[in-house]
Amino acid sequence: MISIDLIEKTAGVLMDKAAVEIPQDYLDGLKAAANTEEGDLASFVLQAMLENYEVAKEDGRAMCGDTGTPRWYVKMSNTAQVEGGPIALEAALRRATANRTVGLPLRPNRVHPLWRTDHDNNVGIGAPEIEYGFEPTPEGEWIDLTTVHKGGLFGTDYRMLFPSDGIEGIKRFYLDSLVAFGKRGLACQPAIIGIGLGGCKDTCMVLGKRAACLRTVGSRNADPKIAELEDEMKELGNSIGMGAMGFVGKHMVIDCNIEVGYCHTGGMQMSVHAFCLSSRRAVARIWADGQIEYRTDPDWFTDYQRRETVEWDAPPSHAKSA
Amino acid sequence: MGRPAKPREISLSTTPTPDALAELQLGDIAYLDGLIYTAREGVYMRAIEQKAEIPLELPKQSATNFHCSPAASINEDGTFNMGAVTATASFRFAKWLSEWMDKSGAKIIIGKGGMTSELYKSIFVPHCAVYLSTVGYGTGALLGRGIKRVVDIHWEKEVGLAQAMWVIEAERMGPFIVASDLEGNCLFERENEKIAHGLDKIYEGTKPAVLKRFGETDDRKDEVIG
Ligand code: SF4
Repeated sequence: MISIDLIEKTAGVLMDKAAVEIPQDYLDGLKAAANTEEGDLASFVLQAMLENYEVAKEDGRAMCGDTGTPRWYVKMSNTAQVEGGPIALEAALRRATANRTVGLPLRPNRVHPLWRTDHDNNVGIGAPEIEYGFEPTPEGEWIDLTTVHKGGLFGTDYRMLFPSDGIEGIKRFYLDSLVAFGKRGLACQPAIIGIGLGGCKDTCMVLGKRAACLRTVGSRNADPKIAELEDEMKELGNSIGMGAMGFVGKHMVIDCNIEVGYCHTGGMQMSVHAFCLSSRRAVARIWADGQIEYRTDPDWFTDYQRRETVEWDAPPSHAKSA
Repeated sequence: MGRPAKPREISLSTTPTPDALAELQLGDIAYLDGLIYTAREGVYMRAIEQKAEIPLELPKQSATNFHCSPAASINEDGTFNMGAVTATASFRFAKWLSEWMDKSGAKIIIGKGGMTSELYKSIFVPHCAVYLSTVGYGTGALLGRGIKRVVDIHWEKEVGLAQAMWVIEAERMGPFIVASDLEGNCLFERENEKIAHGLDKIYEGTKPAVLKRFGETDDRKDEVIG
């Protein structure tokens, strides 16, 4: 049984960590970009960002004044049991979000879409989002908590493409998205770009968002052909000639991650998401014995999450001819 | 391109002289000293549409309007806890700005993303005002450090913490980028134009989607995909 107090306490620590400490993988990626940026203004912006991360850490203040929209990804082992059950878990995550919004402080961003009601704590109807996954390994009773504070207004798009659009169509929509996000830098590039391909409209958005927020800089899709496409898309995005804030430069994309899901046979859904200069994510694994391991890689997309089919006894008529 | 050149740095008062404003060039980096207040749609609507009396003496106390909701809370003893400050996108506030400048005498507008040269020429130039953009835009911690103290908050009950009028004392607060000058030139449009030259080449080897969307065609009789 995993202690609910420990979950709430750890969730509070994660809120702070995400808001204050830039993950090392993104920082390394941004430093590499800063070293090779040639645009005068774009280069100035990247240097200022690097300084900003230092200051945030030194002062223990949020790196960006805009909290984005804090959300939670919860993953559990097959045998994990949470004290008080899933209802207690959700209450703990909501409470931690509210407490650290006031405590750190974070800007209260979440309001009612129509009445603009603001509880000044980033909690409301459907906020923070809490999403779930399960994992067969490692064995034992554990729960992974990941919080992501993604910038919330700009830098997301979706398009229904069709198989005949092909890779050329995918590239076109990718470039269209980046050029649109990038002007005046409203989506705060250079970013981790996540692309979702396939699924249904909602799952396509979810895949792309997770590709941006739950995979690290330098990670590659397990499918070698998709991994190649990731490299190519990164390169393509950085050839636009646009840098930070939409100034002339050569870094828009710190990395490009692609995730796919099986879709309707007639379609090829595509979504594009930019995880900004404040790529805020923090993760902890809590074990039933009270051990806590903090990290910044959510390690979400395992072979299990990308499983292709099911073990079953296919009827003989179903066997594919060679 | 080669090694990037360092942009010019300038110190600026939040109640600037006309000469100091005339000195600013697109792409200069500015650091601010003096009082700054935040005002966005909540404040604009209250001051302009509801004609509430502005609780500050403007522009004497400050001629600098920050489009920002800070990450801040009010402690139980009435003191303030301010962490990071990051600007919010300014284009949404265009419709109030001319009247706001008439009322407040604002000379410096700070925000995210700037405005169009058309707006600079029609609103900013007649009011002898310029636009400074925050950097990044995620430099919230750096800017937070430039706040010497939070002086006051107004209208938090009426418009909420995020929309309230925060008054802060800036000490070498920055960096900010000069995004418009007194002639109404726009830094972002200048950069867009430079980038536009290379775009055709980048798009080579891509092709438009089989089915269009509205926006790509404005003919509502066309068949499009949603
Ligand atoms: S997009 Fe990211 S860096 Fe930019 S203002 Fe929003 S949270 Fe901050």
